[in-house]
Amino acid sequence: MSAWLWIVALLAGSLAVGWLGRFAAQKATGNKPVYRDMPLAVAFGYALGVALLALAVWYYFQPTVQETGVANAGVMFFRWAVHGFFGFAVAAWLFRLLGRSLGTAASRKLFRQMPLTAAFGILVIIIYAVTAIFAGLLAPHGQAEVFAQANIVPGGNPALGGNPDFPLGTDQIGRDILSRLIYGAQNTVGIAFATTLIAFFLGGSLGFLAATLRGWMDQLLSRAVDVLMAIPSLIFSLLLITVASAWVSGFGLTVAMVLIIAVIDSTRVFRLARAVGMNIVVMDYIEAAKLRGEGLPYLIFKEILPNATAPLLAEFGLRFCFVFLTISALSFLGLGIQPPLADWGTMVKDLSAFINYAGFAPLAASVPLLAAGAIALLTVAVNFVVDWMLQRSSGLKE
Amino acid sequence: MHPVLKIILQRLALGLVTLFVVSIVIFTAVNMLPGDFAQAILGQGATPEAVDAIRRDLGLDQPPVTRYLQWLSGALQGDLGNSFAQANFASFVGADSGVRTTVAQQIAPRFENTMFLAGVTAAIAVPFAVTLGILAALYRNSVFDKAANIGTLTSISSPEFFVAYILILFLAVLNPMLPSLSNIYEGMPFSERLEKTLLPALTLTLVVTAHMMRMTRAAILNLMASPYIEMARLKGVKPIRVIVRHALPNALAPIINVVALNLAYLITGVVVVEVVFVYPGIGQLFVDSVKIRDIPVVQACCLIFAAAYILLNLTADILSIVSNPRLRHPK
Repeated sequence: MSAWLWIVALLAGSLAVGWLGRFAAQKATGNKPVYRDMPLAVAFGYALGVALLALAVWYYFQPTVQETGVANAGVMFFRWAVHGFFGFAVAAWLFRLLGRSLGTAASRKLFRQMPLTAAFGILVIIIYAVTAIFAGLLAPHGQAEVFAQANIVPGGNPALGGNPDFPLGTDQIGRDILSRLIYGAQNTVGIAFATTLIAFFLGGSLGFLAATLRGWMDQLLSRAVDVLMAIPSLIFSLLLITVASAWVSGFGLTVAMVLIIAVIDSTRVFRLARAVGMNIVVMDYIEAAKLRGEGLPYLIFKEILPNATAPLLAEFGLRFCFVFLTISALSFLGLGIQPPLADWGTMVKDLSAFINYAGFAPLAASVPLLAAGAIALLTVAVNFVVDWMLQRSSGLKE
Repeated sequence: MHPVLKIILQRLALGLVTLFVVSIVIFTAVNMLPGDFAQAILGQGATPEAVDAIRRDLGLDQPPVTRYLQWLSGALQGDLGNSFAQANFASFVGADSGVRTTVAQQIAPRFENTMFLAGVTAAIAVPFAVTLGILAALYRNSVFDKAANIGTLTSISSPEFFVAYILILFLAVLNPMLPSLSNIYEGMPFSERLEKTLLPALTLTLVVTAHMMRMTRAAILNLMASPYIEMARLKGVKPIRVIVRHALPNALAPIINVVALNLAYLITGVVVVEVVFVYPGIGQLFVDSVKIRDIPVVQACCLIFAAAYILLNLTADILSIVSNPRLRHPK
């Protein structure tokens, strides 16, 4: 209960310090308008912010090993998080600097206007793409290779039960965790990407078709999509996977999952593609193409598609995040990507028990968080890039 | 008839039709499965006569349309059929072994638990998100606003289990403030139950707050350029009062809408979070049933989730109609 008391004390203290600080600043500066008109809430906010920052700095410099010899896991995790945060910030800044000085005039201009968050997003996406494509070369071991020694502690320090051959240790049945993380990039990201592509192809072409043809075709497709969208997507995919699991298993089930999620997600793409297509088909150039006697495929792929790329591209990023999270959630529940394929969601589930040992074995506890963090990092990165793209295309400055 | 009433009745009818069609979709999907209930409970080595007998007993020899109507009318009366996993032969020949065999008996207590979790989450998340959204709109473009923007974007993007394990790590393992397992049982005192529900509820709060907060902020900022806000500002009203008194009532419709949509999103989130915390709710039952292919339970859970989802979306629709004065007072 003392923790709650500390929180209340921190808030009350910030309020008092904020009031006193404002009062002191008013007196010291002879009632400058900035301080005279400052609401107490703002003063409180500044005081609380400074207090939290000070607390963070103090916590960062706590010793990682307590006097009793037990590792202070909280401090270790906090340091890793801080290092990761600043490491990525610096990397993104350097990356943006690189982009500003290299490449064509257009790409340099793009990088000049780019906020740091978007640079971070692009950098992370590039890293993931490289890892996914060259996973076979980067990974020290195979993804399903089982070694004699199971449950090796991460860190590679033989004194603590590690093994330099397995820098992140091995899992319960003796597979190298680092290799599985790297292959996870290939499997999880690759499968999510393929699923999104299928969903886009399906939803996009049907949506444009509905927008071009109108009439009963449009009605039929739209009503079908309405019904499919009325069922929550994770629930519906779980139901369909149950059905599919009676027919296929193993790799077949993974393929079935990809198709199921692609169909369910294509409904969302359909909605957008139809709405965007509706605005385009009334344009004069479509009328001209129709009068020229162009066929339906030409209309859809040569006239409508090029003019709908911007919103569809932003939607592709968001849809990819959504599909990626759905697949991870399904894998986490044990119903997504099936073994022997390495996959982050499954890894989190398999290794999650180690989190309970965080107090005395922080290294072991970090491994499931690493896999979950890998998922979160990519979605955050894609979201940052999409956010920036949307803001650029809509001209929103906020 | 009053036009608002007419629109609401139309929406209600549409919702009912959607629910009906959804139930058909669920029933059809499940009936694509090879084999049936009778084979499943008797196993591979059953004689054809025994399978036929049970099939006749349960009405599985009827055509699909009849079975669908029976299932639907049963579901409307709260009878969702028998569970595979809990079924034994004795329960079909009349001897009551005292085991909970019907789906309804299995779901009822878990449904209540899930509602409790969703209720606690909503009670924390909605005021929290709306307050944060108002503050972000009030101090827009400040450090606070930017930090909130990045923070919410990060929490939207993180998978639920990542948030859950981070919370477990810091609030349950390293600083044992809250229990990491939510073993809820019947007849538990309320305070203890609340304590055990708090960590899953906090996880869900973090997941849904982000979207609600961003929408609240956007809805208020949307109005800040309108003339009556300008007027209020020029007559010297305090910034917080401008937002709470003048902007908020007009931003209510989109905010209510997004709150309802996020509560609907909770339904999906609840599945993963319940599994992480071993919370005995309907989401966990659903996942367990999917794994052992307990079709009647899967079917029933799916129907309940879909009904809740449709209902919440319907509520959002109706509330946004009701809160629109242009519709309430037509010329």
